[in-house]
Amino acid sequence: MKIIVCVKQVPNTTEIRINPETGTLIRDGVPSILNPDDANALEEALKLKDANPGSTVTVITMGPPQAVKMLQECSAMGADEVILLSDRALGGSDTWATSNAVAAGIRKIGEYDIIFCGRQAIDGDTAQVGPQIAEKLGLPQVSYVKRFQRDGDHVIVDRALEDGYETLRVKMPCMLTCIKELNTPRYMSIPGILKAVKKEVTVWNAEDIGVDLQTVGLKASPTNVFKSFTPKPKGAGVTVEGDTPREKSENLLKSMKQRHII
Amino acid sequence: MEFSYSREQQMVKQMLSDFCEREIAPIAAEIDEEARYPYETVAKLGELGIMGMPFPPELGGAGSDYLTYIMAVEEISKTDASHGVIVQTHNALCCWPIFTYGTEEQKQKFLPDLLSGKKLGAFGLTEPNAGTDAGGTQTKAVLDGDEWVLNGSKIFISGGGIADTYVIFAVTEKGIGTKGISAFIVEKGTPGFTSPKHENKMGIRGSIAAELVFEDCRIPKENLLGQQGKGFKIAMSALDVGRLGIAAQALGIAQGAFDETVKYMKQRKQFGKTLDKFQALQFEMANMKTRIDGARFLLYHAAWARDAGEDKLSPLAAEAKLACSEAASYVVDKAVQFHGGYGYIKDYPVERMYRDQKITEIYEGTSEVMKMVMAGDIFR
Repeated sequence: MKIIVCVKQVPNTTEIRINPETGTLIRDGVPSILNPDDANALEEALKLKDANPGSTVTVITMGPPQAVKMLQECSAMGADEVILLSDRALGGSDTWATSNAVAAGIRKIGEYDIIFCGRQAIDGDTAQVGPQIAEKLGLPQVSYVKRFQRDGDHVIVDRALEDGYETLRVKMPCMLTCIKELNTPRYMSIPGILKAVKKEVTVWNAEDIGVDLQTVGLKASPTNVFKSFTPKPKGAGVTVEGDTPREKSENLLKSMKQRHII
Repeated sequence: MEFSYSREQQMVKQMLSDFCEREIAPIAAEIDEEARYPYETVAKLGELGIMGMPFPPELGGAGSDYLTYIMAVEEISKTDASHGVIVQTHNALCCWPIFTYGTEEQKQKFLPDLLSGKKLGAFGLTEPNAGTDAGGTQTKAVLDGDEWVLNGSKIFISGGGIADTYVIFAVTEKGIGTKGISAFIVEKGTPGFTSPKHENKMGIRGSIAAELVFEDCRIPKENLLGQQGKGFKIAMSALDVGRLGIAAQALGIAQGAFDETVKYMKQRKQFGKTLDKFQALQFEMANMKTRIDGARFLLYHAAWARDAGEDKLSPLAAEAKLACSEAASYVVDKAVQFHGGYGYIKDYPVERMYRDQKITEIYEGTSEVMKMVMAGDIFR
């Protein structure tokens, strides 16, 4: 099987700093990691490869040159080939422009049976790029996958919903976005690390993937960030004590009166 | 000269830091308290290539250099010194002598399972009357037809009773001191080979130390490791390698205790401010860091020298072990002190680190032996 995994390098912090001028992320001085949901996507791809000898796993990302480090980590976990889409023309892309570039990169890779993406990145939190890639490649897609099983030329997956899950059978090729309940990502191995640092990372620019320059980059991005800010942390919540609902509502009432709310 | 971590070293450290946080830190206090050998995590370390890290891939090793291996032992020991010594004893004291002195048949027979971590290795030199002075070895081996017959006992053997493959030292010719000692490979389950007693240790309690007893234990003639009478040389060269790993273990304990103390000082308040605001304590932290970093450079240099094929590795290894274990002794003492009463109870890892550290000044050559080795080089 030919398996593709789309990943993103993200800042390793929950305190994202944003440039107020451009509304984009400040990456300087923040250590970068493989986006956690993408690690689950890669793990599922590697498990599928382990179960189907002769399969290959190709990891693709779009980002600045330093994303090579994250791709080396993907190699050390077991990816066969790693590809970086990197070009100034791609900088500042929103989800629509990003999915245009990544879809073009995947078209250049050629044949594939399945694409795994992470549900969403911890920096942007949009959960849009995976589904958009599927749309642009004309593939069936299932998001929020928490269980995966191959069934011949189909896959059977459980899609997590807020109050349960649904089981779907999808024909390959298809695109799945993965959530952390799906698996536990493996560690890089020592032999994997030693091999990964010697392996060449394939770098493609906008011209290599033949993408229309009018559809990528900051200017082509239809999303404009109006305003972004780091919200102040909220204080701890208060639990209203009481043994019975009546007692609880009395205590709540008392507390509201004390605070002059009513 | 290069003073930066290579990309592969960064990745090894990152992976192990991740592994330790998720797999080892949650069980470190428990295996210490229960003196329980952590089979599950050791098996996982084997799958990741740690149990054969500095050996060639052709034999099942991971193919790393020695310096990176040393960094791995350090990284693991930052979280738990028991895991550190388990990795270290297996690699340096069992796999290394078989790899270096074994025949092609012995390497093919024993190394693939050892280096992949499927089997565990141990090293048996110390006896009740032969510790630092290996010349006092009393375990004997007598050739009887196609078999060696071993009789005697070993004590304080790391991994004793747990390990599958042992490098054992025994006297094959009496009355000529260390020249009469030979090395043998003995497998667990060989009739006449038992490990009746586990030691109740002060520290590194997750790594088991046990007594080994040989009573008419018959092993195949071809299990002689290296030439007959060269056992002492094999033991000493293995310990030279081993000392770098113990130095790395000590350094890891020191760094781990230091990091825990930094964390604690930032949140512990006394007299209206956190401990990190007191200059007396700040200055002492600077002293601790100076000792740790100085020791680290000596260790990395000694490991680099081994990779580079330099001569005179023994005094370098001795100096590194002396410096790292003494730095660790200094640091764990202050770490507990700065934690105050909380440092004396088992809720904080520095209490365990304090106990774990002491052995690094004793095993694989005491600090006094390290000084003897260095003095021998200074005044030769």
